[in-house]
Amino acid sequence: MTAAEPILPLVLEGVGFEVAGRALLSGIDLRIEAGRRLVILGPNGAGKTLLLRLCHGLIAPTSGRLRWACGSQRPEAQAMVLQRPVLLRRSVAENLAYPLALRGIPAGARRAAVARMLDRFGLAPLAERPARLLSGGEQQRVALARAALMAPQILFLDEPSAALDPSATRQIEEMIAGFSAEGITIVMTTHDIGQARRLAEDVAFVHRGRLIEHRAAPDFFAGPDAPEARAHLAGDLYW
Amino acid sequence: MKHSRRSLILGLAPGLSLLAALPAAAQTFITLASTTSTENSGLFGHILPIFQAETGIEVRVIAQGTGQALETGRRGDADVVFVHARAQEEKFVAEGWGVARLDVMYNDFVIVGPAEDPAGLKSATDAAEAMGKIAAAGAPFASRGDDSGTHTAEKNLWAAAGVEPAGAWYLSTGSGMGATLNTAAQLPAYALTDRGTWLGFQNRGPLGIVFEGDAVLFNPYGIILVNPAKHPAVKVAEGQAFIDWIVSDAGQAAIASFTVGGEQLFFPSAN
Amino acid sequence: MDNPLLMALRLIAAGDPALLQIIGLSLRVTLTAVLVACIVGLPLGAALALGRFPGRGVVVVVFNALMGLPPVVAGLLVYLMLSRSGPLGPLGLLFTPTAMILAQTILILPIVVSLTRSVVEDLWSEYGEQLRSLGAGRVRAVPTLLWDGRVSLLTGVLAGFGRASAEVGAVLIVGGNIAGHTRTMTTAITLETSRGNLGLAVALGIILLGLTLTLNALAWGAGQWARGRLG
Repeated sequence: MTAAEPILPLVLEGVGFEVAGRALLSGIDLRIEAGRRLVILGPNGAGKTLLLRLCHGLIAPTSGRLRWACGSQRPEAQAMVLQRPVLLRRSVAENLAYPLALRGIPAGARRAAVARMLDRFGLAPLAERPARLLSGGEQQRVALARAALMAPQILFLDEPSAALDPSATRQIEEMIAGFSAEGITIVMTTHDIGQARRLAEDVAFVHRGRLIEHRAAPDFFAGPDAPEARAHLAGDLYW
Repeated sequence: MKHSRRSLILGLAPGLSLLAALPAAAQTFITLASTTSTENSGLFGHILPIFQAETGIEVRVIAQGTGQALETGRRGDADVVFVHARAQEEKFVAEGWGVARLDVMYNDFVIVGPAEDPAGLKSATDAAEAMGKIAAAGAPFASRGDDSGTHTAEKNLWAAAGVEPAGAWYLSTGSGMGATLNTAAQLPAYALTDRGTWLGFQNRGPLGIVFEGDAVLFNPYGIILVNPAKHPAVKVAEGQAFIDWIVSDAGQAAIASFTVGGEQLFFPSAN
Repeated sequence: MDNPLLMALRLIAAGDPALLQIIGLSLRVTLTAVLVACIVGLPLGAALALGRFPGRGVVVVVFNALMGLPPVVAGLLVYLMLSRSGPLGPLGLLFTPTAMILAQTILILPIVVSLTRSVVEDLWSEYGEQLRSLGAGRVRAVPTLLWDGRVSLLTGVLAGFGRASAEVGAVLIVGGNIAGHTRTMTTAITLETSRGNLGLAVALGIILLGLTLTLNALAWGAGQWARGRLG
């Protein structure tokens, strides 16, 4: 399977995840189209992160299945950015090079790719700094750049700017918009309704482990069908 | 960058291990199993350089308790055994572990104890009586308790005194001569020690010699070549060379010339 | 009893060749044993941390318990193996520094393995998902986690060094305390104690502690520098 072969659309059929008799996710039917930005909304504990991890292949569903267009169980051309950036105890440049080294890309090509990415996002001054000594916003930008270096067709982001200040948040959103413009499919969760409005082309609303609504973003924000979704947009607490 | 650092460490490792494993420069040597008391007396430091100068053979001494030294010989981990426990030595040869036993020298044992001598040994006429007085008084006695030559001699003395040593006063340390004397100095207690260790012992505390001179306290040494029939790796030629030398006039003279504080410790007795 | 501290300083200042030989041998034996234990123990500890196999819990407990293996017992086991009457007798390694290195490696290995396992386990719970996301499975993650945890692993290595440089039981049995060949600091201290030269024994002990202290100070400094530079 070459990197160029399209892996999307990703189709979830009746996907569920159960632990000790409790269903954390159930009956998820979802189709993720290529090239679009999907935002998954929902209250805490709804199962948004779990859904992301299932799609990315970090865990396997206990019921239902995932079907990628290329037929593979877990394609390589996907990447994920976690809520808190996990960087290694090395320099920024070495962190960026790490996934490339995993894929056996020779040192010279790695250096070039890393340099391009650093320049593109203004991270070049940070290249030799120890990655874990950067600010939260800088670390997350590095994590995002690292994910992009894997040449993914789909990028999963779990509350990527939840821990960041507005200026860092804006930088992250610009990076995401940039990747989307290149055709990378974006699937992200967020708490920030404003961010959802800014970035979403499609919205999937998850509540208590069920996919309640899945619509184009303008329709959703104009007026969602489900009462839980309406309550969520209104900022109410509900369960 | 990180790869070359790791390669450097990984590359050094086998090299360093080899360095550790290199045998000492091709020096001919034999392994001599002897006792801690002989080593501690300083005798080997005196006579072995003489032998090495004459023959070029280095003698590496493993100093252990008598029992352990004989076991080392039985296992073939030494070429020559040189201890002072006649009965055990003869058994060693009889069982086929050694080729033959030769007399080499003797030293003597002394009984040390607290200077005020609570058990009154200074008035004893022979060694057995002296040991009997200790038992009768229930005075603390520190025994090596390790089947060494010294311990064997001690047991023989108890037997001669008709005493079965047991009770709170009889302390079996299970250790070497020096450690036992350290214990005796601390308590204080009586102890049986070879004169050589005593003369070299710094930590005497309240102890002094309270009995000496009885002929039964003489302590004969024997030397034995480990049997190559049982252990083919034994260095027969060099081992025999050492035995031949130590019983020769030259070796016997070297032994006699060894003194501590002006006193001769070992008395040649080769036939 | 002469002041042992003064005696220690005098010994060092005099540069007594016998003393230098003993110090050199002690360092050579223990440092080599540490190196071998790391080469074997670091990957083994990481594999134990990340591996999933039946009986894994038993292996973890056994290595933890072996950290308390009495040095004299380790020495005895190696002695029985290397003795002419033992299985490896023909190698003729008994009463040589190599035997001492082997015995000390056996003592250090459980420490390195157990502490590596603990560090790598913690790192995996922190990094595991992200590493899997990046494409590194458990096997490929081993060198990554070992390198990442290098400052914490150093503590384990130092603990191993401390245990080996402090022990006397193993090197005494397998080395034989032969003057000029297998006499180390600890066996020399034992010898002088048995001779009643307590002042000298303490002086040697002071020198040994000084060496260990210096090494640990250097390692601590290196760790602080690394923390500052690499987070």
